[in-house]
Amino acid sequence: MIRVALPAHLRTLAGVAGMVDVEVDGVATQRSVLDALEARYPVLRGAIRDHTTQERRQFVRYFACEEDLSHEPPDLPLPDAVVNGVEPFFVVGAMSGGA
Amino acid sequence: MSRMRVLVGTRKGAFILTSDGRREEWSIEGPHFGGWELYHVKGSPVDPDRLYASQSTGWFGQLIQRSNDGGRSWAPVGNEFRYEGTTGTHQWYDGTPHPWEFARVWHLEPSLTDLDTVYAGVEDAALFRSIDGGLNWEELPGLRGHSSGPAWQPGAGGMCCHTVLEDPSEPNRLFVAISAAGVFRSDDGGATWTPANHGLHSDQIPGPDAEVGHCVHRITLHAARPHVLFMQKHWDVMRSDDSGASWYEVSGDLPSDFGFPIEVHAHEPDTVYVIPITSDSEHYPPEGKLRVYRSTVGGNDWEPLTRGLPQSHCYVNVLRDATAIDTLDPCGIYFGTTGGQVYSSADAGDTWEPIARDLPAVLSVEAQTLS
Repeated sequence: MIRVALPAHLRTLAGVAGMVDVEVDGVATQRSVLDALEARYPVLRGAIRDHTTQERRQFVRYFACEEDLSHEPPDLPLPDAVVNGVEPFFVVGAMSGGA
Repeated sequence: MSRMRVLVGTRKGAFILTSDGRREEWSIEGPHFGGWELYHVKGSPVDPDRLYASQSTGWFGQLIQRSNDGGRSWAPVGNEFRYEGTTGTHQWYDGTPHPWEFARVWHLEPSLTDLDTVYAGVEDAALFRSIDGGLNWEELPGLRGHSSGPAWQPGAGGMCCHTVLEDPSEPNRLFVAISAAGVFRSDDGGATWTPANHGLHSDQIPGPDAEVGHCVHRITLHAARPHVLFMQKHWDVMRSDDSGASWYEVSGDLPSDFGFPIEVHAHEPDTVYVIPITSDSEHYPPEGKLRVYRSTVGGNDWEPLTRGLPQSHCYVNVLRDATAIDTLDPCGIYFGTTGGQVYSSADAGDTWEPIARDLPAVLSVEAQTLS
Protein backbone atom coordinates (compact mmCIF):
# COMPACT_ATOMS: atom_id res chain seq x y z
CA MET A 1 0.00 0.00 0.00
CA ILE A 2 1.40 3.39 -1.01
CA ARG A 3 0.42 6.44 1.01
CA VAL A 4 -0.03 9.58 -1.08
CA ALA A 5 -0.15 13.05 0.46
CA LEU A 6 -2.13 15.49 -1.65
CA PRO A 7 -2.26 19.29 -1.36
CA ALA A 8 -5.42 20.83 0.04
CA HIS A 9 -7.02 21.76 -3.29
CA LEU A 10 -6.64 18.23 -4.61
CA ARG A 11 -7.95 16.70 -1.37
CA THR A 12 -11.02 18.89 -1.79
CA LEU A 13 -11.43 17.81 -5.38
CA ALA A 14 -11.04 14.14 -4.51
CA GLY A 15 -13.29 14.48 -1.47
CA VAL A 16 -10.73 13.09 0.96
CA ALA A 17 -9.58 14.43 4.30
CA GLY A 18 -6.12 13.00 4.82
CA MET A 19 -3.63 10.65 3.23
CA VAL A 20 -4.80 8.55 0.31
CA ASP A 21 -3.85 4.89 0.14
CA VAL A 22 -3.39 3.36 -3.29
CA GLU A 23 -2.67 -0.19 -4.35
CA VAL A 24 -0.20 -0.64 -7.19
CA ASP A 25 0.17 -3.71 -9.36
CA GLY A 26 3.81 -4.44 -10.08
CA VAL A 27 6.64 -2.02 -9.48
CA ALA A 28 5.74 1.17 -7.64
CA THR A 29 6.90 4.13 -9.70
CA GLN A 30 5.72 7.69 -10.10
CA ARG A 31 3.73 6.61 -13.12
CA SER A 32 2.12 3.55 -11.57
CA VAL A 33 1.25 5.36 -8.35
CA LEU A 34 -0.31 8.28 -10.21
CA ASP A 35 -2.12 5.92 -12.57
CA ALA A 36 -3.60 4.14 -9.55
CA LEU A 37 -4.44 7.43 -7.87
CA GLU A 38 -6.26 8.74 -10.96
CA ALA A 39 -8.08 5.45 -11.42
CA ARG A 40 -9.45 5.76 -7.91
CA TYR A 41 -10.14 9.51 -8.18
CA PRO A 42 -10.80 10.34 -11.85
CA VAL A 43 -11.37 14.01 -10.99
CA LEU A 44 -7.61 14.29 -10.50
CA ARG A 45 -6.90 13.48 -14.14
CA GLY A 46 -5.27 16.51 -15.68
CA ALA A 47 -4.66 18.19 -12.32
CA ILE A 48 -1.27 16.59 -11.63
CA ARG A 49 -0.18 15.48 -15.09
CA ASP A 50 -1.08 16.92 -18.45
CA HIS A 51 -3.94 15.01 -20.07
CA THR A 52 -2.18 14.66 -23.38
CA THR A 53 1.51 14.32 -22.61
CA GLN A 54 1.16 12.76 -19.13
CA GLU A 55 4.01 15.01 -18.06
CA ARG A 56 4.05 16.59 -14.61
CA ARG A 57 2.36 19.97 -14.59
CA GLN A 58 4.76 22.88 -14.38
CA PHE A 59 3.84 23.93 -10.84
CA VAL A 60 3.56 20.45 -9.32
CA ARG A 61 6.41 18.69 -7.51
CA TYR A 62 6.88 15.14 -6.23
CA PHE A 63 8.70 14.67 -2.93
CA ALA A 64 9.50 11.59 -0.83
CA CYS A 65 11.95 10.78 1.93
CA GLU A 66 12.98 14.45 2.03
CA GLU A 67 14.11 14.26 -1.59
CA ASP A 68 12.75 16.04 -4.65
CA LEU A 69 11.82 13.28 -7.10
CA SER A 70 10.20 15.64 -9.59
CA HIS A 71 12.89 15.20 -12.21
CA GLU A 72 13.39 11.47 -11.78
CA PRO A 73 12.25 9.30 -14.70
CA PRO A 74 8.56 8.40 -14.22
CA ASP A 75 9.25 4.67 -14.44
CA LEU A 76 12.06 4.63 -11.87
CA PRO A 77 11.11 2.53 -8.80
CA LEU A 78 10.17 4.65 -5.80
CA PRO A 79 12.26 4.40 -2.58
CA ASP A 80 11.65 1.33 -0.45
CA ALA A 81 10.29 3.45 2.39
CA VAL A 82 7.52 4.67 0.08
CA VAL A 83 6.87 1.19 -1.29
CA ASN A 84 6.58 -0.18 2.26
CA GLY A 85 4.22 2.57 3.32
CA VAL A 86 6.66 3.98 5.87
CA GLU A 87 7.01 7.28 4.05
CA PRO A 88 4.31 8.97 1.92
CA PHE A 89 4.66 10.06 -1.68
CA PHE A 90 4.02 13.80 -1.65
CA VAL A 91 2.28 15.62 -4.50
CA VAL A 92 3.02 19.27 -3.83
CA GLY A 93 1.88 22.57 -5.29
CA ALA A 94 5.15 24.37 -6.00
CA MET A 95 6.09 27.34 -3.85
CA SER A 96 6.01 29.48 -6.98
CA GLY A 97 2.39 28.68 -7.84
CA GLY A 98 -0.87 30.02 -6.51
CA ALA A 99 -0.58 33.66 -7.53
CA MET B 1 -41.96 39.21 -8.57
CA SER B 2 -38.83 38.42 -10.56
CA ARG B 3 -35.60 37.56 -8.81
CA MET B 4 -32.05 38.39 -9.79
CA ARG B 5 -28.99 36.21 -9.63
CA VAL B 6 -25.58 37.68 -10.46
CA LEU B 7 -22.73 35.24 -11.06
CA VAL B 8 -19.31 36.67 -10.28
CA GLY B 9 -16.03 35.00 -11.20
CA THR B 10 -12.92 36.30 -9.44
CA ARG B 11 -9.21 35.60 -9.10
CA LYS B 12 -9.91 33.56 -5.97
CA GLY B 13 -13.31 31.98 -6.31
CA ALA B 14 -16.89 32.46 -7.47
CA PHE B 15 -19.63 34.40 -5.74
CA ILE B 16 -23.37 34.41 -6.26
CA LEU B 17 -25.30 37.60 -5.50
CA THR B 18 -29.08 37.46 -5.25
CA SER B 19 -31.86 39.99 -4.91
CA ASP B 20 -35.53 40.37 -5.59
CA GLY B 21 -36.72 42.32 -8.61
CA ARG B 22 -36.32 45.66 -6.87
CA ARG B 23 -32.56 45.08 -6.90
CA GLU B 24 -32.06 47.05 -3.70
CA GLU B 25 -30.99 44.45 -1.13
CA TRP B 26 -28.39 41.87 -2.13
CA SER B 27 -27.12 38.71 -0.48
CA ILE B 28 -23.64 37.41 -1.23
CA GLU B 29 -22.84 33.72 -1.19
CA GLY B 30 -19.34 32.36 -1.60
CA PRO B 31 -16.59 31.87 -2.28
CA HIS B 32 -17.21 28.76 -4.27
CA PHE B 33 -13.93 27.07 -5.24
CA GLY B 34 -11.97 29.41 -2.99
CA GLY B 35 -8.38 29.91 -4.07
CA TRP B 36 -9.04 29.06 -7.72
CA GLU B 37 -9.37 31.48 -10.62
CA LEU B 38 -12.90 31.59 -11.98
CA TYR B 39 -12.55 33.10 -15.41
CA HIS B 40 -16.24 32.70 -16.20
CA VAL B 41 -19.49 31.50 -14.67
CA LYS B 42 -22.59 31.46 -16.84
CA GLY B 43 -26.09 30.00 -16.81
CA SER B 44 -28.03 28.30 -19.57
CA PRO B 45 -30.72 30.35 -21.32
CA VAL B 46 -32.71 27.11 -21.51
CA ASP B 47 -32.68 26.42 -17.76
CA PRO B 48 -31.18 29.17 -15.59
CA ASP B 49 -30.44 26.70 -12.81
CA ARG B 50 -27.92 24.97 -15.09
CA LEU B 51 -24.67 26.81 -14.47
CA TYR B 52 -21.19 26.24 -15.84
CA ALA B 53 -18.00 27.54 -14.27
CA SER B 54 -14.44 27.65 -15.57
CA GLN B 55 -12.13 26.93 -12.64
CA SER B 56 -8.35 26.92 -12.97
CA THR B 57 -5.04 27.50 -11.28
CA GLY B 58 -1.49 27.52 -12.48
CA TRP B 59 -0.85 24.64 -10.08
CA PHE B 60 -3.53 22.17 -11.08
CA GLY B 61 -4.84 23.30 -14.43
CA GLN B 62 -8.38 23.44 -15.69
CA LEU B 63 -11.63 22.17 -14.26
CA ILE B 64 -15.18 22.73 -15.43
CA GLN B 65 -17.83 22.75 -12.73
CA ARG B 66 -21.53 22.29 -13.36
CA SER B 67 -24.51 23.04 -11.18
CA ASN B 68 -28.06 21.88 -11.82
CA ASP B 69 -29.60 23.82 -8.95
CA GLY B 70 -28.59 27.42 -9.49
CA GLY B 71 -25.26 27.14 -7.72
CA ARG B 72 -26.31 25.48 -4.46
CA SER B 73 -24.28 22.42 -5.38
CA TRP B 74 -21.59 21.81 -7.97
CA ALA B 75 -19.84 18.83 -9.50
CA PRO B 76 -16.78 18.72 -11.74
CA VAL B 77 -17.43 17.53 -15.29
CA GLY B 78 -14.98 17.00 -18.15
CA ASN B 79 -11.71 18.88 -18.22
CA GLU B 80 -9.90 17.37 -21.17
CA PHE B 81 -9.44 19.95 -23.90
CA ARG B 82 -7.42 18.17 -26.53
CA TYR B 83 -6.64 19.97 -29.78
CA GLU B 84 -7.63 18.02 -32.86
CA GLY B 85 -4.87 16.78 -35.15
CA THR B 86 -1.62 18.60 -35.71
CA THR B 87 -1.42 21.64 -33.49
CA GLY B 88 1.12 23.67 -35.45
CA THR B 89 2.37 27.03 -34.27
CA HIS B 90 1.21 30.59 -33.79
CA GLN B 91 3.31 33.67 -33.16
CA TRP B 92 4.79 34.06 -29.72
CA TYR B 93 5.14 37.44 -28.00
CA ASP B 94 8.45 38.05 -29.76
CA GLY B 95 7.07 37.07 -33.15
CA THR B 96 8.71 33.64 -33.30
CA PRO B 97 6.69 30.46 -33.95
CA HIS B 98 5.31 28.85 -30.80
CA PRO B 99 3.37 25.58 -30.46
CA TRP B 100 -0.29 25.74 -29.56
CA GLU B 101 -0.64 24.88 -25.86
CA PHE B 102 -3.86 24.70 -23.88
CA ALA B 103 -3.79 27.04 -20.89
CA ARG B 104 -7.35 27.66 -19.68
CA VAL B 105 -10.97 28.22 -20.58
CA TRP B 106 -11.71 31.93 -20.77
CA HIS B 107 -15.36 31.86 -21.71
CA LEU B 108 -18.26 29.42 -21.49
CA GLU B 109 -21.27 30.05 -23.73
CA PRO B 110 -24.24 27.76 -23.08
CA SER B 111 -26.41 27.16 -26.15
CA LEU B 112 -29.47 29.33 -26.66
CA THR B 113 -31.58 26.29 -27.47
CA ASP B 114 -30.08 23.08 -26.06
CA LEU B 115 -29.52 22.54 -22.36
CA ASP B 116 -26.56 20.21 -22.75
CA THR B 117 -24.70 22.08 -25.47
CA VAL B 118 -22.09 24.56 -24.34
CA TYR B 119 -19.16 26.23 -26.09
CA ALA B 120 -15.78 26.95 -24.52
CA GLY B 121 -13.40 29.58 -25.82
CA VAL B 122 -9.88 28.73 -24.69
CA GLU B 123 -6.26 29.90 -24.55
CA ASP B 124 -4.32 29.13 -26.74
CA ALA B 125 -7.10 30.25 -29.01
CA ALA B 126 -9.55 27.57 -30.04
CA LEU B 127 -13.22 26.75 -29.72
CA PHE B 128 -14.51 23.60 -28.06
CA ARG B 129 -18.05 22.28 -27.77
CA SER B 130 -19.73 19.84 -25.43
CA ILE B 131 -23.09 18.31 -26.29
CA ASP B 132 -23.44 16.36 -23.04
CA GLY B 133 -23.46 19.06 -20.42
CA GLY B 134 -19.72 19.45 -20.19
CA LEU B 135 -18.76 15.81 -19.68
CA ASN B 136 -16.84 15.62 -22.95
CA TRP B 137 -15.33 18.35 -25.08
CA GLU B 138 -14.47 18.32 -28.77
CA GLU B 139 -12.63 21.01 -30.63
CA LEU B 140 -14.22 22.71 -33.62
CA PRO B 141 -10.86 22.64 -35.40
CA GLY B 142 -11.81 24.76 -38.38
CA LEU B 143 -11.21 27.88 -36.31
CA ARG B 144 -7.69 27.13 -35.10
CA GLY B 145 -6.97 25.54 -38.45
CA HIS B 146 -7.81 28.68 -40.41
CA SER B 147 -5.02 29.50 -42.82
CA SER B 148 -4.20 32.65 -40.84
CA GLY B 149 -3.61 30.67 -37.61
CA PRO B 150 0.20 30.66 -37.80
CA ALA B 151 0.09 34.50 -37.82
CA TRP B 152 -2.10 34.88 -34.72
CA GLN B 153 -0.33 36.35 -31.72
CA PRO B 154 -1.14 36.76 -28.04
CA GLY B 155 -2.50 39.90 -26.48
CA ALA B 156 -1.19 40.92 -23.08
CA GLY B 157 -3.47 38.41 -21.38
CA GLY B 158 -2.52 35.51 -23.63
CA MET B 159 -3.79 34.27 -26.97
CA CYS B 160 -7.35 33.70 -25.96
CA CYS B 161 -10.68 33.01 -27.60
CA HIS B 162 -12.63 35.14 -25.15
CA THR B 163 -15.97 35.84 -26.81
CA VAL B 164 -18.43 33.36 -28.29
CA LEU B 165 -21.76 34.63 -29.66
CA GLU B 166 -24.64 32.74 -31.17
CA ASP B 167 -26.85 34.55 -33.66
CA PRO B 168 -30.40 33.92 -32.40
CA SER B 169 -31.84 34.44 -35.89
CA GLU B 170 -29.45 32.08 -37.69
CA PRO B 171 -29.00 28.78 -35.83
CA ASN B 172 -25.76 27.90 -37.62
CA ARG B 173 -24.13 31.31 -37.26
CA LEU B 174 -21.47 31.80 -34.61
CA PHE B 175 -19.07 34.63 -33.90
CA VAL B 176 -15.87 34.40 -31.89
CA ALA B 177 -13.32 37.02 -30.97
CA ILE B 178 -9.65 36.28 -30.34
CA SER B 179 -6.89 38.43 -28.90
CA ALA B 180 -5.00 39.13 -31.01
CA ALA B 181 -6.42 37.74 -34.21
CA GLY B 182 -9.82 39.41 -34.43
CA VAL B 183 -13.37 38.35 -35.16
CA PHE B 184 -14.27 35.17 -37.02
CA ARG B 185 -17.71 34.14 -38.24
CA SER B 186 -19.06 30.71 -39.03
CA ASP B 187 -22.28 30.11 -40.94
CA ASP B 188 -22.14 26.32 -40.68
CA GLY B 189 -22.25 25.67 -36.97
CA GLY B 190 -18.55 26.12 -36.40
CA ALA B 191 -17.14 23.84 -39.10
CA THR B 192 -15.56 26.62 -41.17
CA TRP B 193 -14.69 30.19 -40.30
CA THR B 194 -14.17 33.49 -42.10
CA PRO B 195 -12.30 36.49 -40.68
CA ALA B 196 -14.74 39.35 -40.07
CA ASN B 197 -12.44 42.31 -39.51
CA HIS B 198 -12.90 44.52 -42.55
CA GLY B 199 -12.79 48.13 -41.41
CA LEU B 200 -10.67 47.56 -38.32
CA HIS B 201 -7.48 49.60 -38.11
CA SER B 202 -4.70 48.77 -35.65
CA ASP B 203 -1.43 50.67 -35.69
CA GLN B 204 0.21 47.97 -33.55
CA ILE B 205 0.43 45.47 -36.42
CA PRO B 206 2.54 45.66 -39.60
CA GLY B 207 -0.49 46.03 -41.85
CA PRO B 208 -2.89 48.23 -39.89
CA ASP B 209 -5.85 47.17 -42.04
CA ALA B 210 -4.89 43.48 -42.22
CA GLU B 211 -7.49 40.75 -42.45
CA VAL B 212 -6.39 39.31 -39.08
CA GLY B 213 -4.16 40.38 -36.20
CA HIS B 214 -6.44 42.86 -34.46
CA CYS B 215 -6.79 42.81 -30.70
CA VAL B 216 -10.55 42.70 -30.39
CA HIS B 217 -11.49 42.90 -26.71
CA ARG B 218 -15.17 42.05 -26.89
CA ILE B 219 -18.14 41.97 -29.25
CA THR B 220 -21.84 41.91 -28.50
CA LEU B 221 -25.21 42.03 -30.21
CA HIS B 222 -28.87 42.52 -29.40
CA ALA B 223 -31.12 39.50 -29.91
CA ALA B 224 -33.79 41.56 -31.65
CA ARG B 225 -31.33 42.95 -34.20
CA PRO B 226 -28.51 40.43 -34.39
CA HIS B 227 -27.02 41.64 -37.65
CA VAL B 228 -25.79 44.73 -35.77
CA LEU B 229 -22.66 44.05 -33.75
CA PHE B 230 -20.76 46.34 -31.41
CA MET B 231 -17.07 45.94 -30.59
CA GLN B 232 -14.64 47.27 -28.04
CA LYS B 233 -11.26 46.89 -29.68
CA HIS B 234 -7.87 47.44 -28.04
CA TRP B 235 -8.35 51.00 -29.21
CA ASP B 236 -11.61 52.04 -30.95
CA VAL B 237 -15.26 51.29 -30.39
CA MET B 238 -16.66 49.80 -33.58
CA ARG B 239 -20.01 48.87 -35.10
CA SER B 240 -21.06 46.50 -37.86
CA ASP B 241 -24.46 46.66 -39.56
CA ASP B 242 -23.91 43.58 -41.71
CA SER B 243 -23.15 40.69 -39.34
CA GLY B 244 -19.48 41.49 -39.16
CA ALA B 245 -18.81 41.79 -42.89
CA SER B 246 -17.63 45.36 -42.33
CA TRP B 247 -17.06 47.66 -39.39
CA TYR B 248 -16.96 51.40 -38.81
CA GLU B 249 -15.80 53.41 -35.85
CA VAL B 250 -18.31 54.87 -33.38
CA SER B 251 -15.90 56.05 -30.68
CA GLY B 252 -17.13 59.60 -31.20
CA ASP B 253 -16.70 61.82 -28.15
CA LEU B 254 -15.48 59.22 -25.66
CA PRO B 255 -12.62 60.46 -23.42
CA SER B 256 -10.68 57.33 -24.42
CA ASP B 257 -11.64 54.66 -26.89
CA PHE B 258 -9.52 52.03 -25.15
CA GLY B 259 -11.43 49.60 -22.96
CA PHE B 260 -12.51 46.02 -22.52
CA PRO B 261 -16.27 45.40 -22.12
CA ILE B 262 -19.20 46.53 -24.24
CA GLU B 263 -22.89 45.85 -23.65
CA VAL B 264 -26.23 46.55 -25.32
CA HIS B 265 -29.36 47.53 -23.38
CA ALA B 266 -31.83 44.68 -22.95
CA HIS B 267 -34.72 46.46 -24.64
CA GLU B 268 -33.14 49.22 -26.75
CA PRO B 269 -30.86 47.86 -29.50
CA ASP B 270 -29.31 51.28 -30.09
CA THR B 271 -28.37 51.87 -26.46
CA VAL B 272 -24.79 50.79 -25.89
CA TYR B 273 -22.49 50.92 -22.86
CA VAL B 274 -18.69 51.06 -22.60
CA ILE B 275 -16.29 51.76 -19.75
CA PRO B 276 -13.32 53.72 -21.09
CA ILE B 277 -9.84 52.98 -19.78
CA THR B 278 -7.01 55.47 -20.20
CA SER B 279 -4.66 53.51 -22.46
CA ASP B 280 -3.08 50.18 -23.26
CA SER B 281 -0.65 50.60 -20.36
CA GLU B 282 -2.72 52.78 -18.03
CA HIS B 283 -5.45 50.26 -17.25
CA TYR B 284 -7.54 52.61 -15.14
CA PRO B 285 -10.23 55.18 -15.86
CA PRO B 286 -9.27 58.56 -17.32
CA GLU B 287 -8.71 61.18 -14.61
CA GLY B 288 -9.29 58.57 -11.92
CA LYS B 289 -13.06 58.86 -12.49
CA LEU B 290 -14.99 55.64 -12.93
CA ARG B 291 -17.50 56.43 -15.65
CA VAL B 292 -19.77 54.23 -17.69
CA TYR B 293 -20.55 55.82 -21.04
CA ARG B 294 -23.91 55.31 -22.69
CA SER B 295 -24.91 56.02 -26.25
CA THR B 296 -28.62 55.88 -27.02
CA VAL B 297 -28.07 56.31 -30.76
CA GLY B 298 -25.82 53.37 -31.51
CA GLY B 299 -22.50 55.10 -30.91
CA ASN B 300 -20.56 58.32 -31.57
CA ASP B 301 -22.62 60.41 -29.14
CA TRP B 302 -21.82 59.29 -25.58
CA GLU B 303 -22.90 60.51 -22.16
CA PRO B 304 -21.02 59.79 -18.93
CA LEU B 305 -22.92 57.98 -16.19
CA THR B 306 -21.38 58.83 -12.85
CA ARG B 307 -24.00 58.95 -10.09
CA GLY B 308 -22.92 56.53 -7.38
CA LEU B 309 -19.55 55.75 -8.97
CA PRO B 310 -16.24 57.01 -7.52
CA GLN B 311 -15.22 60.24 -9.23
CA SER B 312 -11.78 60.71 -7.74
CA HIS B 313 -8.70 58.57 -7.15
CA CYS B 314 -10.21 55.47 -8.77
CA TYR B 315 -7.66 53.29 -10.55
CA VAL B 316 -9.41 49.98 -11.08
CA ASN B 317 -9.98 48.21 -14.37
CA VAL B 318 -13.08 46.47 -15.72
CA LEU B 319 -12.24 43.34 -17.66
CA ARG B 320 -13.91 42.15 -20.84
CA ASP B 321 -16.33 39.62 -19.34
CA ALA B 322 -17.04 41.66 -16.21
CA THR B 323 -20.21 43.45 -17.34
CA ALA B 324 -23.74 42.16 -17.69
CA ILE B 325 -27.31 43.30 -18.17
CA ASP B 326 -30.58 41.92 -16.87
CA THR B 327 -33.88 41.83 -18.72
CA LEU B 328 -36.10 43.66 -16.25
CA ASP B 329 -37.72 46.98 -17.12
CA PRO B 330 -35.94 49.24 -16.48
CA CYS B 331 -32.93 47.29 -17.57
CA GLY B 332 -30.31 46.56 -14.90
CA ILE B 333 -26.60 46.81 -15.55
CA TYR B 334 -23.76 45.29 -13.56
CA PHE B 335 -20.00 45.43 -13.66
CA GLY B 336 -17.13 44.18 -11.54
CA THR B 337 -13.71 45.74 -11.06
CA THR B 338 -10.20 44.54 -10.50
CA GLY B 339 -10.54 46.18 -7.07
CA GLY B 340 -13.23 43.69 -6.09
CA GLN B 341 -16.29 45.91 -6.32
CA VAL B 342 -19.46 44.92 -8.13
CA TYR B 343 -21.61 47.88 -9.12
CA SER B 344 -25.26 47.68 -10.05
CA SER B 345 -27.64 50.07 -11.73
CA ALA B 346 -31.36 49.27 -11.60
CA ASP B 347 -32.25 52.18 -13.90
CA ALA B 348 -30.31 51.52 -17.09
CA GLY B 349 -27.21 53.30 -15.85
CA ASP B 350 -28.63 56.53 -14.44
CA THR B 351 -27.59 55.68 -10.87
CA TRP B 352 -25.21 53.10 -9.42
CA GLU B 353 -24.45 51.44 -6.13
CA PRO B 354 -21.93 48.85 -5.05
CA ILE B 355 -23.56 45.51 -4.30
CA ALA B 356 -20.23 43.94 -3.30
CA ARG B 357 -17.23 45.94 -2.20
CA ASP B 358 -14.31 43.75 -1.23
CA LEU B 359 -14.21 40.65 -3.38
CA PRO B 360 -11.04 39.42 -5.07
CA ALA B 361 -10.35 40.99 -8.46
CA VAL B 362 -13.41 40.40 -10.62
CA LEU B 363 -12.94 38.50 -13.86
CA SER B 364 -16.52 37.97 -14.98
CA VAL B 365 -20.07 39.03 -14.22
CA GLU B 366 -23.25 37.47 -15.57
CA ALA B 367 -26.82 38.43 -14.67
CA GLN B 368 -29.76 36.07 -14.61
CA THR B 369 -33.35 37.31 -14.44
CA LEU B 370 -35.38 34.58 -12.73
CA SER B 371 -39.15 34.36 -12.75
